[in-house]
Amino acid sequence: MRITRVTALAAAAVLALGGAAACGGDDSGDSGGGGSAKSFEAGTTMERLNKAQKITVGTKFDQPLFGLKGLDGKPAGFDVEIAKIIADELGIPENKIEWVETPSTVREQVIQQGKVDIVVATYTINDKRKQLVDFAGPYYIAGQTILVKADDNSITGPDSFKDGTKKVCSVTNSTPAANIEKYLKDKSTQLVLFDVYSKCLTALDQGQVDAITTDNVILTGYISQNQGKYKLAGSTFTEEPYGIGLKKGDDKFRAFINDVLEKAFTDGRYEKAWQETAGKFDPNPPKVPTIDRY
Amino acid sequence: MSVLVDRFDVFAGGFWLTLQLCVLAAIGALLLGTVAAVMRISPVPPLRWLGTAYVTVFRNVPLTVVFFFSAFGLPTLGSSADFLRIPGLTAVFNRLGIDLPYFRFAIIALSLYTGAFVCEALRSGVNAVPPGQAEAARAIGLTFTQNLRHVVLPQAWKAAIVPLGSVIIAMIKNSAIAGFFGVVGDLSNSGVDMITQDQEPVIPTMIGIAIGFLVMTVPLGLLLDWVERRRAVAAR
Repeated sequence: MRITRVTALAAAAVLALGGAAACGGDDSGDSGGGGSAKSFEAGTTMERLNKAQKITVGTKFDQPLFGLKGLDGKPAGFDVEIAKIIADELGIPENKIEWVETPSTVREQVIQQGKVDIVVATYTINDKRKQLVDFAGPYYIAGQTILVKADDNSITGPDSFKDGTKKVCSVTNSTPAANIEKYLKDKSTQLVLFDVYSKCLTALDQGQVDAITTDNVILTGYISQNQGKYKLAGSTFTEEPYGIGLKKGDDKFRAFINDVLEKAFTDGRYEKAWQETAGKFDPNPPKVPTIDRY
Repeated sequence: MSVLVDRFDVFAGGFWLTLQLCVLAAIGALLLGTVAAVMRISPVPPLRWLGTAYVTVFRNVPLTVVFFFSAFGLPTLGSSADFLRIPGLTAVFNRLGIDLPYFRFAIIALSLYTGAFVCEALRSGVNAVPPGQAEAARAIGLTFTQNLRHVVLPQAWKAAIVPLGSVIIAMIKNSAIAGFFGVVGDLSNSGVDMITQDQEPVIPTMIGIAIGFLVMTVPLGLLLDWVERRRAVAAR
């Protein structure tokens, strides 16, 4: 008898909660706008996401200007804006995007396991990665360059490290660290790696290293935050096309995202996304890349 | 699992650097810990206070914070830890002598942190020596130093060897943090590098890193078991 009463109570509670949730859902549905009105070819990823009214996006939570999680718990940056444009074209409102942190190490894995629908996370397109996942884009071409103290004229580019006297700092497990190794005489005496770039800045200030190297976007941010203290040495010496990672073989979804990007390039949304994020620190508008429909 | 064979050189290089760091830091920690333990049991109150203060600070501060102060605090004070460029040692441990000081900073941080635990392990060993031993030594006129050297520490060492071993094993695993404070090419970071740069599969690479650490820690554990068994026989 006692058990049935408890069960009844539980059932009543579930019903009440369910009712409340349903009401809440209705409300947000009304205010969300007519986004779900779009229709897509049956059986495609676009249709599935549109029907579910939810998209899971992998991005970085610790990359200033591109994907940085703020105190409000939402990531912000250029990558995040690009993801919002894609979600919007799928008829999914901004508040239905689920953000998942994807540090560099796990990006291929989460795509392959289907934990995210797309990854927009300063994700450089290269052939090795193309064997595991597919890329839409590129939507931005970054490039690696070198930051030195403003009064240092002894470093003019990556070749300045070849004689083995200059020391350079970067972060662990990153493409820039691997790229600069080619220019070093002996990495054990010339290369310093930390987990974050802020420590590199401290090491540069203290004179333990002579330069910092990584993608231009990040370095530009540091220069503008510390007026007159640092400068860039030489120009970019790599090309890092940032793409949007998605499950291998989903060609229709890839073509769709490429269409969205091309549309955004021309109708001003791309430029607006840039100006609201990374553009605040980099006055030059980005060179609009050509979509690679491989 | 082919990554373990194909990239053996990377694992071996990382293993060698981590091993160097651990050997040097273990020596430093044992020296520091012994000095601190002697201070804590000495009859001079200021020395006791100093020893206690050292243990209290370094046992209770997170290792990353100790690393941070070592890697960024020392340069601010103008030090590159050049006193660790010990002639002879730099020939074997080549990272010790180079201009980049982060390997030396890592040794300092690991030694200071682990030294506090070593001190307490030794002190527990000292406490295990029956009080009659030290009293008898004092009664026949041995000074504090003689007492420690000939009576107390030889017996304390035996009781402390097993907890000391655990402390050193913990230190070996803690050494992975050095890779985030400027030391390039240690075991765990070169492993993760292969995953991010060369798209090596995650699980086999991580297994490789684990094996590298096990190669250092398991023999140490076996050695300690052996010492313990020998001690048990000797005590009978």
